[in-house]
Amino acid sequence: MSHAQTFRRPQGGRIDRSNAINFRFNGKTYQGYAGDTLASALLANGVRVVSRSFKFHRPRGILSAGVEEPNALLGVDVGNGMIPVVRATLMPLIEGLNAESQSGFPSLNFDLGRILDLTRPLWPAGFYNKSFKWPSWHTFEWAIRRAAGLGRLPAGTDTTQYRHLNTHCDVLVVGAGPSGLKAALDAARRGDDVLLVEQDVEAGGSLLFDSMGIDSGPSDKWLTATLAELAGMDNVRILLCATVAGYFDHNVLTIHDRSAAHRGSNAVETFWKVRAGNVVLATGAIEQPLMFGNNDLPGVMLAGAMHQYASRYGVDCGQRIVGIINNDVGWRTMLAMADTGSPVSAIIDVREDPEDGLLQAAKTRNIATHTGATPLLARGSSAVKAFRFASKSGDTQEIQCDAIAMSGGLNPTAHLYSQAGGRLRYDEPLACFVPQECRQRVRVIGAANGEFAAANAYNIAKRQSAPLKSNAQWVDYLHDVTVSDIELAVRENYTSVEHLKRYTTTGMAVDQGKTSNLNAMTVLGQLTERALAEVGTTTFRPQFMPVTMGAIAGNRRGDFYAPPRLLAAHDWHRANGAVFDDYGGWKRPAFYGKDRAASIAAEARKVRESAALFDGSPLGKIEVKGPDAAEFLNRMYVNTVPTLKPGKVRYGLMLTENGIVMDDGVFVRLAEDHFLVNTTSGNADRIAGWFEEWHQCEWPELEVIFSPVTAHWSVATVAGPNSRAILAALPGMIDLTTGAFPHMSFASGEFADGTPYRLQRVSFSGELSYELSVPANRTAATFQRIWDEGQVHGIGLFGIEALMVLRTEKGFLHVGVDTDGTTNPFDVGFGGIVANKKGDYVGARSLQRAHDQSADRRQLVGFELVNGGSVLAGAHFVVRCGKDRRSEGFVTSAVFSPILGKTIGLGLIERGFDRKGEAVQIHDNNTQITATLVGPCFFDPDGERMRA
Amino acid sequence: MLQIPCPYCGTRDEAEFHFGGEAHITRPGPEVSDEEWSDYLFNRENPKGTHFERWCHNFGCGQWFNVARDTVTHEIDAVYRMGERKPTPENVLTENKRRLA
Repeated sequence: MSHAQTFRRPQGGRIDRSNAINFRFNGKTYQGYAGDTLASALLANGVRVVSRSFKFHRPRGILSAGVEEPNALLGVDVGNGMIPVVRATLMPLIEGLNAESQSGFPSLNFDLGRILDLTRPLWPAGFYNKSFKWPSWHTFEWAIRRAAGLGRLPAGTDTTQYRHLNTHCDVLVVGAGPSGLKAALDAARRGDDVLLVEQDVEAGGSLLFDSMGIDSGPSDKWLTATLAELAGMDNVRILLCATVAGYFDHNVLTIHDRSAAHRGSNAVETFWKVRAGNVVLATGAIEQPLMFGNNDLPGVMLAGAMHQYASRYGVDCGQRIVGIINNDVGWRTMLAMADTGSPVSAIIDVREDPEDGLLQAAKTRNIATHTGATPLLARGSSAVKAFRFASKSGDTQEIQCDAIAMSGGLNPTAHLYSQAGGRLRYDEPLACFVPQECRQRVRVIGAANGEFAAANAYNIAKRQSAPLKSNAQWVDYLHDVTVSDIELAVRENYTSVEHLKRYTTTGMAVDQGKTSNLNAMTVLGQLTERALAEVGTTTFRPQFMPVTMGAIAGNRRGDFYAPPRLLAAHDWHRANGAVFDDYGGWKRPAFYGKDRAASIAAEARKVRESAALFDGSPLGKIEVKGPDAAEFLNRMYVNTVPTLKPGKVRYGLMLTENGIVMDDGVFVRLAEDHFLVNTTSGNADRIAGWFEEWHQCEWPELEVIFSPVTAHWSVATVAGPNSRAILAALPGMIDLTTGAFPHMSFASGEFADGTPYRLQRVSFSGELSYELSVPANRTAATFQRIWDEGQVHGIGLFGIEALMVLRTEKGFLHVGVDTDGTTNPFDVGFGGIVANKKGDYVGARSLQRAHDQSADRRQLVGFELVNGGSVLAGAHFVVRCGKDRRSEGFVTSAVFSPILGKTIGLGLIERGFDRKGEAVQIHDNNTQITATLVGPCFFDPDGERMRA
Repeated sequence: MLQIPCPYCGTRDEAEFHFGGEAHITRPGPEVSDEEWSDYLFNRENPKGTHFERWCHNFGCGQWFNVARDTVTHEIDAVYRMGERKPTPENVLTENKRRLA
């Protein structure tokens, strides 16, 4: 059932009356026209109350016709989910649009929360800091949190497509009002590449509702001609329905482009990043409200907005309109409205002596005028019924009305300018903040620069009009801040504008105080007897308007958020039953099979008893070459490098300059001047960058170059007593006997099929083990070959988890797991290597500090559980300390060893080296477990198996 | 979001670079006192105004270089290669003009 558009004028406006559009608001069906906004359509249908206020649940109506709207923030669904906090004033009306209020329980028109309004004196600014303290804030927090907030998160999957685009332009013009259009045209005619951005659905700005003379002709004609000329130029791009939301350093601006956002399931939102040569801000100005009692009643609106609804949308906001004004622009607005047929019945000016011409103009239009008046309050419960004011002579008068148009003067929309680092100055004659200076290449023009159309006659006698000391004068509609909240803040000495803002939260809502900052500062100035120039402003920060999280994220969601790196043999592993997990950005087989614990145990046992294949491809590989390669690496490693012979492999530890263990791995001398450095898988990129930094910044005189080759070579690790026999069967394999190729050797060769390979005999499992590298494109074929050859030797597969079991049994260090940001080489048992190293290297000097050599440090030890059971890494070693307990360190690794039949682990504990055999307490998940400290190696301590 | 004139590649977006902290810090030898060593490790300038710092064009040429940046305005007053002399406050501005020309 449609409701009649009772407030729609019979004709006029830029709407298409032949194109009726149906929409719903709070469950009721209404009709509007193409060209309407959701706000203009609601007003046309006489919908007065659109929301309940944030704190006191007071009924609120539409205040404005633009970005500054603090009340008509609705949930809106146009076929792709209910989007919260949409400004009805900017939302184009679309067939099937479904809007709902975001507050009001049980309903918008009967809200139980209104009890807060009736008891308002109990809830001043900061009330929760003062009142909700006993027994603690948390007793009340849930209820207050539930009452706070605006809108609900959309449920379900967001079908909107979000994309990011980058662009450059010579000139970015923000705002397509008359000033912006002129600037764009001038720049375009000069041949500049121009990007013109307008947040409205059409260009024109104030010309869309306020005609004037431009270039000695009517503005309508000028607008049509200008748009046609711009449209015909190749060097001009125009974005409509797009908001410039952020202004960053070096003229980077971000644009939230909603031009395709309302296409239901085909919706697209674009987030632009623009690097502009020059920026022209033509963002206009925002009319400010006046302060009087109940100035938040539905029906109280900004005068310019009312004018816009009348002229652009053909909607009268009332049948008896009263204007409350403190400036000449307001007069002009009221008179223009009357001329288009709006029922303006009276104009009340707080100033004593507006120009005679204005008074005369009102008289000829049969509008009553009152000057020198003091606005007192608006009467009504959920809509304006009357306005009460004190006349010049002091007696109280009341005028019946159903709409109040207020004009507190214009204030330039300088948010972007402020974001750019621009400073504002309070202009006394204009009674507003205007741009002053900015380091960036930006120009502000038109109303945004305080150049108001009627500027020569712009005259605000005083900003504040009504007497203060009133609870019911609203300063910030969206955060429900009143004049009395500011009085309270000042009484409690929050007199800096930054303190006031945070204490009362004025200007901190999602509208960034577009209609409240100026009035809040005015009241603050009056209460502290300071001029507004002294009070100063707060800083505006991005975003100028709320931007959807989706637009900011763009396509970086799901798998695109952090694209996983897949192994070259990913499919081969999957076909063989691998269960993948994330390890340092790679998807790697954690284990093979279905039962996690059983698979891991079986895989670890296979390596100890027969042989198994492991994909070690992510192992970091960096080639280091040049006459000074050995010298350079000697400065990077704790271990000695130059003594290594070509074809040999050595284990090395790398430190930060602060002496902290950073990475470890083996390095190979391929030739006198050529090394291959292995890093831990997660650190490959970091170490390559680390080498470059030290070489370029500290030792550029060393002749050495680096080439990261991690992804070039895949690594098949074959480990276990049978590994030699399996690999020896591959045609083209070198002689693998220990005499010819002992532990810590390297060789390269070529298989019979032409595949080149590199082979190093190293072991992280403690078994006889070979790491065979082949070019990445030969990975799956090589794996299959090894797999086939290994069948007769009972070959298996093992994943990361089994490898972790094996290396823990051996007590082999896993940097980043068994070490943290405080661990130095002494702590993990490398004191001997440090002592043997000659010369300086990264981190060396730090190890000489007394603290680094202290015996009280946390040291790496092994432990076994006295009564069996299990424990998790991260559990703490605790000790009695008076009547409390304190931590002596923590478990870094803990696994169940199938070969030993028990849980073993490694941990860092104070003075661990001297405490072997001692029983310690482990606190794990609120249980206490007794463990015995042992050496870190649990299996084959002499290393006979890997040297076999 | 800065625009940084890489001395090897030309002007590029900040996203291509990696910040490397204060420039011109001399690495002392192992013979220095604990105090001198900790000064080298931890103490950094934090000027209001021109800051000399290192950047790496890691999504470009991969080269480290030095930048003189104003910490108040974020304007880049000079860029120069590793090993090149640190500009004096006077020639920072001249340098900037030369780069922009």
